[in-house]
Amino acid sequence: MGKEALIEAIREKLGAAVEGVAESFGDPVLVIRPEAVRSVMAALREAPFDYAVLLDLTCVDYAAGEGRFELVYHLYSLSRNVRLRLKASVPAGDPSVASLVGLWKNADWLEREVFDMFGVRFEGHPDLRRLLTYEGFEGHPLRKSYPWRLAQPRIPMKDKV
Amino acid sequence: METSRIQRQARPESMLINMGPSHPAMHGTIRIMLELDAERILNAEVEVGYLHRGFEKTCENKTWFNLLPYTDRLNYVSPLINNLGYAMTMEKMLGVAVPERAQLIRVLMSELSRVSDHLTCLAAMAMECGAFTVFLYMMKAREFLWDVIESTAGARMTTSYIRIGGVRADLHPGWRAAAAAAVAETRRVLKDVSGLLDKNSIFRGRTRGVGAISKAEALSFGWTGPCLRSTGVSYDVRKAHPYLVYDRLAFEVPTGESGDNFDRYLVRMREMEQSLRLVEQVAALLPDAPPLSAGEEVEPDEAILRSRRQRVEARVRLSPNLEGSEKGRLAGLMTADKPVGVPPKEDTYTTMEGLIGHFLFFMDGKGIRPPKGDVYFSVEGGNGEVGFYIVSDGTERPYRLHLRAPCFHVVAALEQLIRGRLIADVIPTFGSMNMIGGELDR
Repeated sequence: MGKEALIEAIREKLGAAVEGVAESFGDPVLVIRPEAVRSVMAALREAPFDYAVLLDLTCVDYAAGEGRFELVYHLYSLSRNVRLRLKASVPAGDPSVASLVGLWKNADWLEREVFDMFGVRFEGHPDLRRLLTYEGFEGHPLRKSYPWRLAQPRIPMKDKV
Repeated sequence: METSRIQRQARPESMLINMGPSHPAMHGTIRIMLELDAERILNAEVEVGYLHRGFEKTCENKTWFNLLPYTDRLNYVSPLINNLGYAMTMEKMLGVAVPERAQLIRVLMSELSRVSDHLTCLAAMAMECGAFTVFLYMMKAREFLWDVIESTAGARMTTSYIRIGGVRADLHPGWRAAAAAAVAETRRVLKDVSGLLDKNSIFRGRTRGVGAISKAEALSFGWTGPCLRSTGVSYDVRKAHPYLVYDRLAFEVPTGESGDNFDRYLVRMREMEQSLRLVEQVAALLPDAPPLSAGEEVEPDEAILRSRRQRVEARVRLSPNLEGSEKGRLAGLMTADKPVGVPPKEDTYTTMEGLIGHFLFFMDGKGIRPPKGDVYFSVEGGNGEVGFYIVSDGTERPYRLHLRAPCFHVVAALEQLIRGRLIADVIPTFGSMNMIGGELDR
């Protein structure tokens, strides 16, 4: 399946969930509606698209100018040896999107990291906690509104396990 | 204060115990909380982030050129591959082509780094299983590899040698002999280690069938690299999406069958053999550095003095720490498509245009400025697919830089792999994953 044929096939299958198609430095990019993230991913995971690997999940903060967070998913199809980038924008005021836990196992940690760094909530995540920072950390460090090198308050000693 | 998941879910009669964050049999700071019934692990919870240093946030506040040294500190066992991943992502965005010589040097450095990465992983894994001899042998081999890297890059670990658009300097004049010695020494060590471990009943007992994962599960966890290949999936970025000159070189992608600790060990052992093959091929393809132009050579202070009256025609001798980056050598090492590399030092100190060029490269608001847009590019690192996702808004700093760390996805599976096993199984399972705090926690 060529690049154009693939995008056509995806559009046909997913219809209204696809907001737009773009290309960035030669890579295909699909912009999808945030409420359709889970259904789109579930469809792409199956044949004929066969994107079996969730390669990466991250977020970009466009809150300042555009009032949105952009979630960026990278999928990889082993059988067809192609990657696909998907983007979905959520409002910066109350960023929330459906979780992919249940579709891919690494979605658990990837979503926890995005929650930790950006404060995006993943609906349906079984255990949405901070991953890289700690309980008691204030703010979400990768947001543009979070100053670089901001000092954090001291936290009490953890309970003994 | 909220308690951890494992504390909330634990049965009252079972024992909760911490492994780490600081534990003698664990390289790197990571905390594994275990719920135990005697020695049997009923449940586990892994807590990461002890080495979180805000890599991505820091990069947003550095210029494109400045942030390179931070990439050294991601996977600190094979820093050159991180340099390469970042540099090639930038090159994809800038649209520059790298000279052939620089590409071959990059392959050489990547493969040496890959071997040292695998050596470190297996050395630590074997030591934690009690095979201290293996640890010492492998560390010894790593020294020979690092000799090659050190003589050229000037540092063993924090190299910052591979730059956007090429490499910093040419190889050290004695690199050929050093590389040949490193390959020979490593081969000998691999043979010795193979003899010590392959049929060793203690080692096999602790690794065969332990920490096994299926193909489907490994893919679901987003595994890449030797860990994924140990399950039988032959995915290697060097073959799937060839970069540099890998499509012209002959090498195989070894795979395992059962995806257990022993297969992860075997795959790494065989991969090192392939990497050594690649080093030899590149050494044969790489011509010696062209000699510098003959004629008068002057010391830097003398050149600066002369430049006050007239243009210095003689060749300027550079200080030893700039060795290899002489002006006459840069054509083979740095792209000429766009000014993305540091201008030659000879010009900076002796000509007005050179000095202006220097400032235009380093000044705030100048220097490398890729076009607007976002890009993803990945290379095959020691642990798997090292990917950079970069968003540029057209300024001198990244708007967003994200690292796809291969061992993030691998370590995410640890809880599942040790559940139902014994405490002693945590050690080889964790060891064979090659958790690297620098890239895991960023």
